[in-house]
Amino acid sequence: MSIYELMAGTLYDLWPQSLRAFAPELALCGAIVCVLLVRVVLPRLPVAVWYVAMAGAAAALWLILPDLTRTALGELSGGEIFTGMLIADGYATVLRAFFLAFALVFIAFVQASKLLDDDADATELSVLALSAVLGMCVMVSANHLLMVFLGIEMASVPCYVLAGILRRRRPGSEAALKYAVYGAAASGVMLYGISLFGGATGSLHLPTMAHRLAELLASPAAAGEATLLIVAGLMLAVGLAFKLSAFPFHYWAPDVFEGAPAEIGAFLSVASKAAALGLTMRLAVCLAGGGAEPSSLPMAAGVGEQIASRAASPAGSDGRERVMIDRERTAGGENAALEAHAGTDRPALHDRAWLQASLAPARKFLYSLLALLAAATCTLGNLAAYGQANIKRLLAYSTIAHAGYLLMPVCAAVVAVGNDPSAARSAVAAMLYYLMIYFFMNFGAFAVVAAVRQAGGDERIESLAGLGRRSPGVAVCFAAMLFSLVGIPPLAGFAAKFVIFGSLVRTDLYLLLAIGGLNTVVSLFYYLRVVRLMFLREADAGAKPLVVPVFSTAGAYIAAFAAPLLLFFVWWDGLLAWAEAAAMALV
Amino acid sequence: MFEYLRDPTVLLSTIIFFPAAAALLLCVIPGRHAALIKLTALAATVAVCAASLIPACAAGGNPVSFSLHDGGFQQVVKLAWIPSFNIEYYLGLDGISYPLVLLTTFLSVLALAASWKIEKAVKAYCVLFLLLETGMLGVFMALDFFLFYVFWEVMLLPMYFLIGIWGGPRREYAGIKFFLFTLVGGVLMLIAMLMLYFAGDLTRLSPEQLIASHIAPETAEAVASVHTTGPLHTFSLPALSEMGRLPNSPFAQRQWLGQSLEWWAFLLLFIGFAIKLPAVPVHTWLPDAHVEAPTPISMILAGVLLKMGGYGIVRICYPICPGAAYDLAWFVCGLGVLSMVYGAFAAMAQTDFKRLVAYSSVSHMGYVLLGLGAWSAVAGTQYSTAGWQMGVTGAMFQMIAHGISSAGMFFLVGVVYDRVHHRDLNQFGGLFQKMPAYSGLSMIIFFAALGLPGLCGFIGEFFVVIASWQYSAVMAVVAAGVVILTAGYILWTIQRVYLGPEYKGPHGDALGPLSLREWAIILPLVVLAVVLGVYPRAAIDVMSPSVKRHVEQLTDWTKTRDQTASLSVSPSSSATTPDESGEKGVSRDDRRQWPPVVAVEPNSPLKTAVLHSLQKENDAPAEIGGRRP
Repeated sequence: MSIYELMAGTLYDLWPQSLRAFAPELALCGAIVCVLLVRVVLPRLPVAVWYVAMAGAAAALWLILPDLTRTALGELSGGEIFTGMLIADGYATVLRAFFLAFALVFIAFVQASKLLDDDADATELSVLALSAVLGMCVMVSANHLLMVFLGIEMASVPCYVLAGILRRRRPGSEAALKYAVYGAAASGVMLYGISLFGGATGSLHLPTMAHRLAELLASPAAAGEATLLIVAGLMLAVGLAFKLSAFPFHYWAPDVFEGAPAEIGAFLSVASKAAALGLTMRLAVCLAGGGAEPSSLPMAAGVGEQIASRAASPAGSDGRERVMIDRERTAGGENAALEAHAGTDRPALHDRAWLQASLAPARKFLYSLLALLAAATCTLGNLAAYGQANIKRLLAYSTIAHAGYLLMPVCAAVVAVGNDPSAARSAVAAMLYYLMIYFFMNFGAFAVVAAVRQAGGDERIESLAGLGRRSPGVAVCFAAMLFSLVGIPPLAGFAAKFVIFGSLVRTDLYLLLAIGGLNTVVSLFYYLRVVRLMFLREADAGAKPLVVPVFSTAGAYIAAFAAPLLLFFVWWDGLLAWAEAAAMALV
Repeated sequence: MFEYLRDPTVLLSTIIFFPAAAALLLCVIPGRHAALIKLTALAATVAVCAASLIPACAAGGNPVSFSLHDGGFQQVVKLAWIPSFNIEYYLGLDGISYPLVLLTTFLSVLALAASWKIEKAVKAYCVLFLLLETGMLGVFMALDFFLFYVFWEVMLLPMYFLIGIWGGPRREYAGIKFFLFTLVGGVLMLIAMLMLYFAGDLTRLSPEQLIASHIAPETAEAVASVHTTGPLHTFSLPALSEMGRLPNSPFAQRQWLGQSLEWWAFLLLFIGFAIKLPAVPVHTWLPDAHVEAPTPISMILAGVLLKMGGYGIVRICYPICPGAAYDLAWFVCGLGVLSMVYGAFAAMAQTDFKRLVAYSSVSHMGYVLLGLGAWSAVAGTQYSTAGWQMGVTGAMFQMIAHGISSAGMFFLVGVVYDRVHHRDLNQFGGLFQKMPAYSGLSMIIFFAALGLPGLCGFIGEFFVVIASWQYSAVMAVVAAGVVILTAGYILWTIQRVYLGPEYKGPHGDALGPLSLREWAIILPLVVLAVVLGVYPRAAIDVMSPSVKRHVEQLTDWTKTRDQTASLSVSPSSSATTPDESGEKGVSRDDRRQWPPVVAVEPNSPLKTAVLHSLQKENDAPAEIGGRRP
């Protein structure tokens, strides 16, 4: 391939397709730069930083809206962008919109909750939060293991710093250090796993990897490669499990959540977790034989041909056949030896059925691994939460348990990819829906913790005693969030849990379902402990009166997080349909 | 305004959600106006009670009038709610649910009137109480399984707080125990619900069955259109029960750990309902919750909440999983008899007045389980619905009667507790001298609980015992024997509390006559106990068309099942293809055995007479096939 062809192809791909789909992230990048500059331009007005950051997040959200609408209508034909490194499908679009909305809410919330004594520190916080969100967007749209790693690092490194954002607090610094050390170790292991995977399959491009994996598993040489593949898969899982705070890599979570301010806890427990789950789901479904067909790979030979074909049919409706050809060529482009080998003894085009049949062992491995992770994470999180005396530690273990619940639909999707695509789709939708609800209930819970801190309370659970008497509105909202986390109707947490359990029943994962059900009952104890303190106990005689009025900024915030829990229970069909539409892209 | 109530949608939704709306209204009244808050709440419950009487009082031509000749669902409300799961806002009344709705609205008024002495956080109390009422009414009216489940769980939170905040010294323990037990039952029910949902398939139903289960025309068209593409799941309880009774039910086909899906679903549902009922191994939350709950909440708990367990069994367990119910009927009945005996003995051993009443509830609800459970589809050598219908009627009547008598007993205990601040049976005695009117009324209520003929408790127990004879003579004898135990503890209680020379316990001087408010609460209960005892048809006429329909459907199912079993026994018929209707026979596995405890006894004269009185309207009995004698 000549340099000219390469450049022409890149340009052709870059401008009309990739950059347009990547516009929200570009806006985010622009916002980061603006936030850094605003201190120079307006040194007297430090508060402007907040609004610039919010405006940046809002602009990014605005830019992603058209794609979001098209996803909901099922019209988004988003394919691979940047030569197959990223993918801008409906699944990625919905999750990116989630993160951008999260960024907006988060920054507004941190400003309102007065976490920082000095608005001058707002620059750091905004830049870090926005760049972490940028990394998360990359994570969920990654279509290549390098981008996976890049995305994870882009999202993680700002998080390490965010954990210690209050520089003068020792526990915060300790948390940040712990987080960074554990995180670095997990990243290293993951990178090693990625390189092993690349070596074994000859590619890091996810769909190509799935095909290579299928060929490997179908060939007689599979037995020899099995150990290598398993080790690579486990190493990859280590990195993801760390981000997910899944058992046995959850140890950082309670310490970091305890040390970091509640606002940062909300950031880590909702956004960071959602990104890791979105990524895990895509990886698992892709390697199980689902996922998108690689649609345009101009890096491969034959760019000129592609340009010609596009010129012939500008709408790009020539999808399928070209896809197949491209894939073969891509593979060739990445690994000539394999191409030569493949070209001789197998049919030129693989169909989906062949792929899925060959990947059955991979599915079995993935399923067992994920089911084990889900069950262990869920159970451990719930059991450990019971003994906690600090509300942030309790919520940390609660998020660990919820990572377990959220892994269950991933498991169901992997199982169903092979034989029942519609079940797999609804499992993906279940996870997305749970994430959306989880945003409200978990962010809300951390918002209450932040409000209690601002009102002069401390982080012991006991300090909440009697809150129901003194601040009934806030206490009722907090109780609604906690009961929603348990999954009791009429709150949206129940609908979310219902959808997840439904996906388990649909794929006959009854054992996992039983574990999930049992965990629901166990989780009642510790959530109810908080509720009991608020409503059934009086505060100690000597304690400072703790009042968080509803008619205040904090109260309004908390109510704004609690109200959707009721709303999305009464009306959850729309949200679920949206999630289903997004899931179409993946399976 | 009242014109709108002629629309079932408006009427039933009003009955369910009016209390919740009133609760919202209470939220904006400042907490210092305690009397105003109580009055508003009371007015709301009275309004709901009046609204719930509209179907009974409306003239025949009115669209919301409740017909005594229709066994199916009436005033059906059906609106789409969550189309992606085919969940509907689906309500309706029939002879099984309507009496329980009336009981609920009626007891709510009385319980709220009994709450006048509550002084701690009155506003929160009334709000929670009204939310609780919404949940209870929703459970009895919902015909969509998901909706049913939602209302079922909605009751949990208000009840927890009502026990936990306004309860006695060990209220936190009792509250969490109640919550935990009910949540376990709820999770089991959720799992069973999802299993049934994904196994069910509307396309398996015939057009007649779809009409019978109120599947809207558009869905019927949808069924026709997707007939080739795939299954269409539903949460509709009538549709699920039609599916469950199909000769080759979709629920009986899949196996898991050696048992059919239907068997597992039945077991999970039954445990969930048995916890609420409560049946014996899972009853332990009840005495704690009753003892710690404030008096009005005990009334609601005993009068209404326990009935939901029985209602769930008759509405969901048996119609949807007849195969499993048939196999496990001995288990259900055995548990019922065990609860009766255990509850009675445990009641005898109590020294706490409230705890005694609580255990008497366990014992009385055992009759409900026995009456509902006894699979008495066979009388002598013929299929007959008469005996079983009597059993189910008896169980339903027992629920109403127990609702009246137990609410009354808890209130009576509360009356004396308010005065002397203790409930120790050994410190009572001689109340008759101090409070003669109170003691007289108490005796009527206690005798009603005992099952004295002429009072409401008798009818249910009698019917159940007679009907269960057909199913198992041993159980019937034990159930009849429990009446003696009941008489034992009730009479002993009366002796210890009301008789005797004089009251020697603390606060003796506080024992004054009943106040007007207390009269107003206890008198309706006493009157109802007498009226239902003397004229039980008032309730039975409402119930019997629906009970008859329920029993007939299951008896037909039994008939089909037995014929199938007999066909599959003979080698020639094993080749029959399973595509014909149930009457021709379908080859099914011969896994199901006749329950081991069935004993068909020669009819006693009394039993024959009772059966004849009920048998008039029955179809010509069919011959029994299979291995029956």
